[in-house]
Amino acid sequence: MAGKRMGVMALAVAVWALAGCKEPGSFGVSSVRSQEASKVGRGWADGGAEPGQGGIDVLENQEEIVVAAAASLSNVFEDRLIPMFQEQNQGIRVRGIYDSSGRLQTQLEEGLEADLFISASRKQMEALDEKAMIASETITPLLKNKLVLIVPAGGEAGFGALEDIVKAKSIALGDPDSVPAGQYAKEALMNLGIWDELQDRVSFGTNVTEVLNQVAAFSADAGIVYATDAAGMEGKVTVAAEVFEESLSQGVIYPVAVVKGTAHSQASGRFLEFLKTEEAMAVFEEYGFARGE
Amino acid sequence: MDMDWSPFWISMTTAGASIGITFFLGLFCAWGVMSIRNEKIKIILDGILTLPLVLPPTVMGFFLLYIFGVKRPVGRWLAEYFGVRVVFSWGATVLAAVAMSFPLMYRSSRGALEQVDQDLADAARTLGMREWDIFWKILFANAVPGVAGGGVLAFARGLGEFGATAMIAGNIAGRTRTLPMAVYAEVAAGNMEKAWGYTAVIIGLGLMSMTLMNLAAARAGRKGK
Repeated sequence: MAGKRMGVMALAVAVWALAGCKEPGSFGVSSVRSQEASKVGRGWADGGAEPGQGGIDVLENQEEIVVAAAASLSNVFEDRLIPMFQEQNQGIRVRGIYDSSGRLQTQLEEGLEADLFISASRKQMEALDEKAMIASETITPLLKNKLVLIVPAGGEAGFGALEDIVKAKSIALGDPDSVPAGQYAKEALMNLGIWDELQDRVSFGTNVTEVLNQVAAFSADAGIVYATDAAGMEGKVTVAAEVFEESLSQGVIYPVAVVKGTAHSQASGRFLEFLKTEEAMAVFEEYGFARGE
Repeated sequence: MDMDWSPFWISMTTAGASIGITFFLGLFCAWGVMSIRNEKIKIILDGILTLPLVLPPTVMGFFLLYIFGVKRPVGRWLAEYFGVRVVFSWGATVLAAVAMSFPLMYRSSRGALEQVDQDLADAARTLGMREWDIFWKILFANAVPGVAGGGVLAFARGLGEFGATAMIAGNIAGRTRTLPMAVYAEVAAGNMEKAWGYTAVIIGLGLMSMTLMNLAAARAGRKGK
């Protein structure tokens, strides 16, 4: 009889070990947009580039550059800018990795091989620069963004200004430790003197898209995200109030830079320059971003 | 290094509440399914009850969100009639832990109960013992080591639950930030030392659970003679 019982135990342990293995390395969040939150971008599938077409550059071999970018950039990059760039530069493929700037910083420190880094705040860029991981001379403040207070669609009653966030019974914010949107939100709320009282009902998301989705799913009554994110989710969230620039010491700045020691510095430089062009800026502005300078 | 101990307390209370529920739920479901005569129903029911074990925690979390979310059937009913909001509450951590650890308790209990010599139960029936007494005094009494082992596994699983918890309970410091969630958040923020601190606590708890389980198994070995 002992043998049988040991067998049951062993089976149970094996099953438990297997169940443990099912823990996800990085979890997604309910709702459609989560797939875009930390996804790897779609590359351009063409192999049949035609050389010599007026104005299109061709490098000798197909080169792939990896861009580690803040989550809020995933839509504008994947839908418009990367395809645009790739069309004009047939020899270069751009692969985007999108997540919170803090998580990207950690991954870069732990060995992620990226060629370009665009964070949603100076903090992560400066941290990496201090570790000599960035080609410092290439750091450029590329974009500006705005923060907004959002509520689930149709829930704006009573929420007219940022202070009204105290009325919410559950709040979603980015984790100030790793998500710039959370950093900025914390700064603005501390300036209003209401940060502490909110702590017992704030859930910290690990990137801003997660925060957006939690509000859209009605899990949270209110959240703070970028204006550009809210614009992309019009039917599902309502912008209740704007977080004015005066409440933030520096405003929301997105610096971009080439990563030091990349094997693709030329191609990366080209992409960086492309992002600064009028053409690219027009697209950024369409999505709600403003110029960095 | 001073560490915020709230994740430890939250994990302990969550796992404690969860095992309190899962222990009896798993045990009685095991007894219930065991007693079913119809083989087909038995198999189907067993499959459903064991499902959370084979589903990824994120899928379970997704299901739970779709049932208990504020705009969803059960969630809305709870909010309207009881003023209770499941999502982003401490209760959600318990809910996720129960959902994920239930199959372990159920399977272990069923295995242990089914191993008890049915002749004993039948003899008791001929003597007129009530089914309820037969369950507790004969089946359960003889299955304690196996059931206890299942309980320890379920407790450990509840303690380590992350994926489903993250989806329905969120990450609220002091309310729903469990130990696994704390590790995740600290790593995302690059605070490796803090992550190590929490990891050490989790390892300690895990070793304790395994030791308890081994003791239960050893007792089973001795008792089985």
